[in-house]
Amino acid sequence: MKLDTHVWPGSYGELAKPRMGFFTDTSVCIGCKACEVACKEWNQIPMSLHGFTGNSYDNTIALDADTWRHVAFIEQRVPADATGGASLVEAAARGEAIDGGVATYQQGDGFRWLMASDVCKHCTDAACLDACPTGALFRTEFGTVVVQQDVCNGCGYCVPACPFGVIDQREDDGRVWKCTLCYDRLKDDMEPACATACPTNSIQFGELDALRARAEHRLAQLQRAGQDTAQLYLADADDGIGGGGAFFLLLDEPEVYGLPPDPVDTRRDLASIWAAAGAAAVALGAGLAAAVFGGSR
Amino acid sequence: MSPSDSYHGRPVLKQPVWTWEIPCYFYAGGLAGASAGLAYLSESRGNEVLARRAWSAAMLGIGVSPALLTSDLGRPFRFLNMLRMFKVTSPMSVGSWILTASGATTALATASVWTGWFPRAGRAARPAAAALGLPLSTYTAALVANTAVPVWHDSHRLLPFVFASGAALSAGSAGVIAAPPNHAAPARRLALVSAALEVAVKELMERRLAEQGEPYRHGAAARFGRIGQACIAAGATLLATRGGRSRGAAIGAGALLSAGALSARWSVFKAGFGSAANPAYVVRPQRAGIEAGEARGAARRQSRVLNPDPARGSPATAPVELFAS
Repeated sequence: MKLDTHVWPGSYGELAKPRMGFFTDTSVCIGCKACEVACKEWNQIPMSLHGFTGNSYDNTIALDADTWRHVAFIEQRVPADATGGASLVEAAARGEAIDGGVATYQQGDGFRWLMASDVCKHCTDAACLDACPTGALFRTEFGTVVVQQDVCNGCGYCVPACPFGVIDQREDDGRVWKCTLCYDRLKDDMEPACATACPTNSIQFGELDALRARAEHRLAQLQRAGQDTAQLYLADADDGIGGGGAFFLLLDEPEVYGLPPDPVDTRRDLASIWAAAGAAAVALGAGLAAAVFGGSR
Repeated sequence: MSPSDSYHGRPVLKQPVWTWEIPCYFYAGGLAGASAGLAYLSESRGNEVLARRAWSAAMLGIGVSPALLTSDLGRPFRFLNMLRMFKVTSPMSVGSWILTASGATTALATASVWTGWFPRAGRAARPAAAALGLPLSTYTAALVANTAVPVWHDSHRLLPFVFASGAALSAGSAGVIAAPPNHAAPARRLALVSAALEVAVKELMERRLAEQGEPYRHGAAARFGRIGQACIAAGATLLATRGGRSRGAAIGAGALLSAGALSARWSVFKAGFGSAANPAYVVRPQRAGIEAGEARGAARRQSRVLNPDPARGSPATAPVELFAS
C-alpha cells in the first residue's frame, strides 16, 4: 500500500518517522463531541459561536479556522429495524452480528442517526501545501500537513485550493489554521487529543498502513452484518488526492456527510494550467506586435 | 438540490478570503504587463510619444500592484515571505517573482525613458520589462484556475486567454487616454481588437462551462459581466467612430473600455465565490463522473479482505500503535 508523498519520507532521510494518521470509524460514533472539545482545549482554539443552527445536533457547522474536529449529525428515515423486511435467515445473521458487537449504535426504529467526526485529511497529495507560496504549510516527518504560524502571511491561497474546504483564515488573526494532527503531541510520543478523548474508539490513531489494514476488516464485518452502504473513504492511494492520512468509514455516500465524492488535487491539472497561461502570454505578445506593426504608426 | 446531495445544504468548499484588492490587482497587473509590451514595441517602431505614455501606464499599474497585494494579506508586514522560496507548484509564488522582476525592470525602463538617466541599464531593462509583462498578464488566471473552485478550475484552458485579452484591452485603452490621437493609432487598434476578443472569449468560456458556468449568470458575477459588456460595447463604438479625431472622445472611450476591462475581472472574481458557495457545483459533476465510470471516486464498498478477523476489525480492541517500529 503506497504511503509516500512528494517529499515524505524522502526529504527526511533517517529522521523520517512512520506516517501517522487517523482512521475515523463513523459506525461507532455516538456524537458526544468529546473530540471537538479536546481539540479546542489542547490546541487553545478560540471559541466559535454560531448560535443554534437547527441542523440536528450540529451547531459547529463545518471545519474552519476555529474548528479542527467537527461532528456531523444526519437524521435519516430508513426501512424499519434490523429484522424489518429481512428474511428469517438474514435476520438471524444480523442478530448474530449485533451480538458479536459489530452493529452500529446509530440505527433502530425506522430511524437512522448518522454521526461522523470530520477532520483535516492530511492528503498524500495536499493541494494546500502545493499552493502555499511562503512555505508556511509543510510536510512533517510523520507525513502530516502542518501550518507554520510564524511564517504564514495570510495570503489565503490554500483556502480555495483545499478540495474539502478544511483550511480557513482566522479573521482577527489573519493567518490560516487547521488540524495539525497534534504535531506537538506526536513529537512527545503522545496520541492526538481527539483520539485520546474519543470514548468509543471511533477515532483511531496510529501508523497509517496498520490503520488501513484494520479498516478493511471492519468494512468486511459491517458489510456482512447487512450494512450495504458502508464504505471506506480516502483509504486508497489511487483516488484524487493519493489517499488521506486521515480516512473514514462511512455508512452512506460521502456527500451526505458534506464530503466531496471525488476530490481531486488541483496539482493534477497544473501542467495544463501553466501551458494555457504560457500560450496566452505568447498570444498576447503576438497581439501586441500585430497592433503596433499591423498598420499606420 | 435534494437534501441527500449535501450536508444540510452547507457548502463543501470554503469561499475565497480575498477582498476587493485582488480583482483590482488582476486589472492593474494586466495593465502594467501589456503596457510594457506596447511601450517597447511602439518605441522600436519609432512612435516615441506613445512609447513614453505607455511606459507611464505600465509604471502606474506595477506601482499600485504591490500595495494592493500587501493590503489583502492577513499579515501585511510579512509580505516579504512571498519571496521566501520559489515554487512552481504555486502560481502565487511564481507570480510574486514575476511581479518583483517586472516591477524592477519597468521602473528602470520608465525612469530612463523619462529622465535619460542610466541609458545602458534602461536599454537592457526595456525588452526585459516587455517580456516579463506577458506572463505577468496571464499568471493570475493560472492562479485562480489552480484551486478547487469549479467555475475557475474547469475553465483553466480558456481563462488565461480571457485575462490576456483583458490585459491588452487595459493597455490599449490606457494608451488611447494618454497619447494624442495622431500618435495613438497602435493603441486604438489594440483596444478595438482586444475589446472584441475579451467579450467573445469570456462568452465562449461561460458557455463551455455549461452548468458549472451558472455563477456567471446569477448575482454579482452576472452584474459585473453585463456592466463590463455594456462599457466595452459603448467604448469600442465611440473609439471606432470618433476616437481618431477627437481627444475628448478618445479619453471618454478609453475610460469606458478601462471600466469594462476592470468589470470583467470583477465578474470572474465574483463567480468563484458563487461557485464555492453551492455544494451542487462540487458534488454533482463529481458524482456524475463516478456514475459514468470516468472516475473511481474516493469511496470503496468492497473490502480487500474476504474473512474479516473480529479482533482486528473491532473498534473495541483498537490498539494505539505508537511508533511500534
